[in-house]
Formats: sequence, C-alpha cells, structure tokens
Amino acid sequence: MGEVTLTIDNKEVKAEEGMTVIEAARNAGIDIPSFCFHEQLKPYTACRICMVEIEAKGKTDLHTACSYPVAENLVITTKTDEIIEIRRTLLEMMLSHAPDSRDVRALAEEYGAEKDRFQKESSFCIHCGLCVRYCAEVKGNYAVGFVGSGTSREISFNPEIASKECWDCRECFELCPTEALQTAYLFTEALTSSSPPFEFEIKEE
Amino acid sequence: MPRIKSPEELEKVKQDILSKRDPNKSCISVCAGTGCLGLGAGEVIAAFQSEIEKQGLNAEVDTRSAGCPGLCERGPIVVIYPEEICYVEVSPEDVEEIVSQTVAGKKAVERLLYTDPNTGEQIVQVDEIPFFKNQKRLLIEDNMKIDPRNIEDYLAIGGYSALAKVLNTMSPEEVTEETIQSGLRGRSGSGFPAGKKWKFCRGSRADIRYVICNCHEGDPGAFADRRVIEANPHNVLEGMIIGAYAIGASEAYVFVGDEFPQTVENIYKAIEQAEEYGLVGENILGSGFDLTLKVSIDGGGYVLGESTALMASMEGRVGEPRTKYDHATDKGFWAKPTVLNNLQTWANVPLIINRGADWYCDIGTESSTGTRVFSISGKVKNTGMVEVPMGMTLREVVFDICGGIIGDKKFKAIEVGGPMGGFVPESLLDLQVDYEELDKVGLAMGPSLIVLDEDTCIVDMVKYFLNFLAKESCGKCNPCRDGLRHMINILNNIVEGKGRKEDLELLELIARVQQKAALCALGQGASEPLLSTLKHFRDEYEAHIEGKSCSGGVCKALSTAPSGANA
Repeated sequence: MGEVTLTIDNKEVKAEEGMTVIEAARNAGIDIPSFCFHEQLKPYTACRICMVEIEAKGKTDLHTACSYPVAENLVITTKTDEIIEIRRTLLEMMLSHAPDSRDVRALAEEYGAEKDRFQKESSFCIHCGLCVRYCAEVKGNYAVGFVGSGTSREISFNPEIASKECWDCRECFELCPTEALQTAYLFTEALTSSSPPFEFEIKEE
Repeated sequence: MPRIKSPEELEKVKQDILSKRDPNKSCISVCAGTGCLGLGAGEVIAAFQSEIEKQGLNAEVDTRSAGCPGLCERGPIVVIYPEEICYVEVSPEDVEEIVSQTVAGKKAVERLLYTDPNTGEQIVQVDEIPFFKNQKRLLIEDNMKIDPRNIEDYLAIGGYSALAKVLNTMSPEEVTEETIQSGLRGRSGSGFPAGKKWKFCRGSRADIRYVICNCHEGDPGAFADRRVIEANPHNVLEGMIIGAYAIGASEAYVFVGDEFPQTVENIYKAIEQAEEYGLVGENILGSGFDLTLKVSIDGGGYVLGESTALMASMEGRVGEPRTKYDHATDKGFWAKPTVLNNLQTWANVPLIINRGADWYCDIGTESSTGTRVFSISGKVKNTGMVEVPMGMTLREVVFDICGGIIGDKKFKAIEVGGPMGGFVPESLLDLQVDYEELDKVGLAMGPSLIVLDEDTCIVDMVKYFLNFLAKESCGKCNPCRDGLRHMINILNNIVEGKGRKEDLELLELIARVQQKAALCALGQGASEPLLSTLKHFRDEYEAHIEGKSCSGGVCKALSTAPSGANA
C-alpha cells in the first residue's frame, strides 16, 4: 500500500491508499461528523452528514467522506455554507424523530439546528444502520434488520434469531445514537422471552 | 426449425416464409397488447376464429394476435389487411358483421370506424387516423403486422437482417462507429451517447463483458417501454445481440419486472425462438460469435431502475442503490465491464445498421436524433403509446397526435418524465422533445407524459407523486427518506387548509438539500415535480395557503373560489 498526500481544510495530510477521506481526516485530527460511519463496518453512505466538498481531477463536487477513497492531490473542504445548510437541515429532520438523542443534539447545537422546525414524528430511529450492519458484518447473526421501504423503513429484530443470539450479546446497544434500538429489542424480548418484560434490565457496559 | 448457419441461409428462410404468404390474402389482426387484452381482445380473437370456421373461410383468411399499435384508449383495436381498415372498440358481438361485411364483402362496417373527435369525420384506413398519421413511427410501425410470439412474422419484415449484416460485413469497431455517428443517445433520461458507452466498455480490460437491457418501468402513467418490447421483442433482442458483438460481450440479460406477465412471456418466447433459429447462442449465423441471452426478473421495486440497485438485484442482493466511483463500463455487473441501455435504445440499433447513420441523423434534431416512444395519459382525447420524432413540440403531441383536451376544457399542464420529472405550463408548451431543450427547463426524457386540465389541483398532483416516491424509495439515506416525509407533511397541511406562509420556503429548503445530498438519482430527483410547480404554479400554492381555496375543486377542505374572492 502506497502513501498519498491530500489537502484537507488547507492542511496537508498523508494517508494510506485504501483509506477513506473520513479516516484520513480523523487521523489528522480533523473531525468530519457522521452517524453511520464505523471503523469495523463497510461504508454505508446513508446519513449524509459527512458530506464534504472534494476537488478531484479539476472537478469539485459534494461526496460522502465515509466512502470516498483517498487519492493523490485531492483537495477537501469539510465545511462550507452549502455543507452547513445540508448538515443543519438533516439534523433538524433527525430531531423530529429523535428529539432526545444526545449525539444528535450535540451536533445540532454546533450547527444551529432548530429542534422544532419540522413536524414531530417520534420514531426515535435515525436509520444509521449501525446495529443492522454490526450484527451482520461483525457478529454474523442477522438478528436485527430493516423492514419496510421508503418512509416506512424501520429496524426490527427477527424474534427467532434474537431469542437465541441477543441475550448474551447486545453489543449493538452502545452503537445506537438514539433509544430506538433498545425499544425495538425490548419489544422483541417481550414477545419471545418466558420472563415478563418488566424484569428486564439493560446490561451494564 | 434447424439452426440457421449463415446470412445467406437467413435470407433463404425469409424468402421461404414470404413465398408461403399471399400479400393479397385477408388477415384479421387484433391487438393482443396488455391494454387491449384487458379490454377483452382475447374474446374478440376467439370469436374471429370460430366465426371464420363457421363461415368456412379458413382458407381465405388468417387471424393474428398482434403487437400493440398504441391507440389504447379505443381498444380492442382490429386492422383488416390488405385493405388496412381499422376498427376500434370491437367486441365479440361485432365479429360476425366484420367477417361477413369486410372480409367476405370488402365493405367497411361504418359504426366501428374511428371517428375524429374534432371533425366528426369517420376514418377507414389505419394510417389516416391523425393519432397515427402525426407520429413518426420507426419502432412501432410494424406492430400490427407482427405476432410477437411468432419469429416468422419478424423475419418476414426483414428481421435479423441487421444482425446478419453486422456479423458478415462489419467489425465490432465499425458497428460502434456507426452507432456513434448516428447520434443515438440513451433513452432512459440522461441521454448519454450509446456508441460512446459501448466504446468505453470495449476498451476495459476483462475476461468477460456483459450487456443488459433495462426494461424496468415503474413510473405512474408509464407503459411505453414494456409495450415496445412486448409488441416486438425480437427487434430489441436483435439490437442487444448487435451491441454485444460491438462490445465483445458474451452474456446478455433482459432485466424486466414480473408485474408485466404478458411482456415477460413474450420475451421468454422470443429468446427461445431466437435460440432455436441460431440467432443467439453459440456460433451465431456461423460467424463464430457466441452470446448467451437470459432474462433476469426484478423484484418489482421502482428504485431498481437505478443502475446500481438494478445490478445489485441481478446479483441476488437487496436492490438498494450504493455509492460508487466506477463507471459500469469498467465495473458493472459482477464488477465486470457492463453496458446497460434502455430497451428503446437497443430497439433503435437494427434500424441504424440497416439504414445507416446518415439516414438516422436526418430524423430529429442535431443533438437529439431519432424518435422516442412515450406513453401518454390523462385528460387528452386519445391516450396510448405514441412515437414522437425528436424536435416535435409538446403542443403538437397534445393537440395534433392526441386530439387535445377531453371536453375541450382548458389545458393546465403536462407532466414530463414521471415522479422525477416536472410540470410544463401552457406558456412552455412549444418546448421541443429534445434532450437539451428539456434539460434547459429541468426535465429529462422520461417515458411518460401526463396531461392535466383545468380541473386538476397541482398541489394534489405533486402530493401524489411524492407519496409514490415515499413508498418506492428504498429509505436508506436520510435526505430522501426524511425529506419526502416532511415534504408530504407540509403538503398535507396545505391541502387541509393549515398551510403557513413560510411553508413554501421550507419546501424549497428540503428540496435543495435533497437534490445535493441524496444518495442516488431517485432522491436527487424526487423534488423535481415540486420545484417545477413552485416555479410555474406558485400562485396555486399561495391560493391554497392564503386564500384557502383550490381552483380545481379537488381539496375538499378548501373552497373552490378563485383566490382573492374570499381573501
């Protein structure tokens, strides 16, 4: 693997070929926010919060930093007015689902995102897919997945698998930026466990 | 039928078929397209067969279950050859009269003729009907002369002669060059030059290359693509085989949805017959060129028309779009060089090879050559499938081909390009069907045209398209999923009389973010209908919000008074 040099926010950054822009930036101490990026998982490009401006081969465009492969002479700007508007609006829409999520609120504050711009529709989930992908890609269990499509898309545990695999695992819980995952699990647990759900305690990490 | 082993043999087979057919013999051709079958064409065909038997005319007349000619509004359509007399809205009860009067007596049954809704004139011959006469029919002209399930009908009109010409006399580079010269552009919307795409693919190093024909069609009001291949499947297959030869592909796939059973059956049947005749498979026409042709059935989701979702579906993965930095011509299906073209793109190829790039360039405009087959529906007198030469204005399509608005009401808008297209107002009706012209006003060359009259509510129509996308989006990325959700919430409020002044700016903000940040073309284009109407019909939104009125009388919570009257 060779080394490449790129520019991120006017700073010269070295990175290993095969890395993505978000990894190169974070290694250099430049934070690009993201909800769906995770070092152990394949790029997913769903939350779109990590969009940055990338100039490559004379063309400047917006791309997701979590998937864009580093290359020699890339010029990257991680914050422009355009990017701020995108992040702020996406955060405002996330807040309509998950108004109490600590991670979302922290970023919302940074970007001046208003909590009440959009009509509330508390589903809690922001569809980052970390639980689904971690369970599939790292654990190989496929206990949690997406159901439905479009605006009806939600996460859901597969009760048959969850009743066997999740009790002793629950490693996905700490990945969740909202409370949606625990809620979905509690629901499945109530359906599949012989013990009453109110005795259930979230495992201490 | 033994396999055909050379171009000479193909010509001989054609002559054999023609020698067995008397051009003066009567033939009753009944449209057996999905639309006409739905209107009872199956019963009409059966009635003709038994009536001919009854009158002892078996030796004198043939019947044919033909491909769709396009006048779906007035089906079932029957054309009697060789006189080319056209009957519309034929029912089994009319069959006896047609056989006795027209076939035996050579006289037209007047009450079944097409009556021009504007002049009241009765028209006898199919080609004289303005709906057909005002089109430029290259791809669909022969549909009534072909039974899509009988390869002999296609061979009889010179089918597969372009393939024979290519394999016999042209190098792959020459085929590609001819296609580039013809100016043929992808018919799916973006309009990328087809020949250039083939050239890029051929230039990629690989042990295997693929050709895919995209027959996926899910827009509301769109049925032209499936109808084109359903009516004349061999024409599309021939184009694909020629393309595969040019690219150096050894496998080709027709990607089609199971929700069009008639279309799928016709494609399977056509591939089976082409294989039997040696027109696809090993050593095609003795040339040494091998090609496997298969059907890939999609899962039925609208988003599968998007290329990365399409290929994911073909590979057996979830049909969701993904971010990619490679072109399909380098890394496409199974990460191998792939050419994906719309079926109408493929259908033009045999024509270009047979008649030459120069001839093809004379049709259409300088930058957009050829024709485009659209489905047209909504409030026009004649709906159906129309083939429009590039450069024709939308006004000509609506008024000359389709006969204008039903009940001579006022035209309000024409929706071009489906849920990711836009609404064109009266003031832009002289817009030409041309990639550049459409692009100038933010429209793409989609497969459907929907005409709206004065009784339509624009806000309600936009809400309909957004609701369609809210279901059909995969829901993976936030700008598309959440953006659609909130745009619909806001529009719901507006039609219920709860709209706020700032809503329009909020809609524009969501749309702007969605266009820039969504993962795939579906999300990036999802707000097009909204944006085009906020531009051309903003007063209607304002009337809903400020005047609490809906001039179309569609939104029940609002008054129908024109805005201002109760302000």
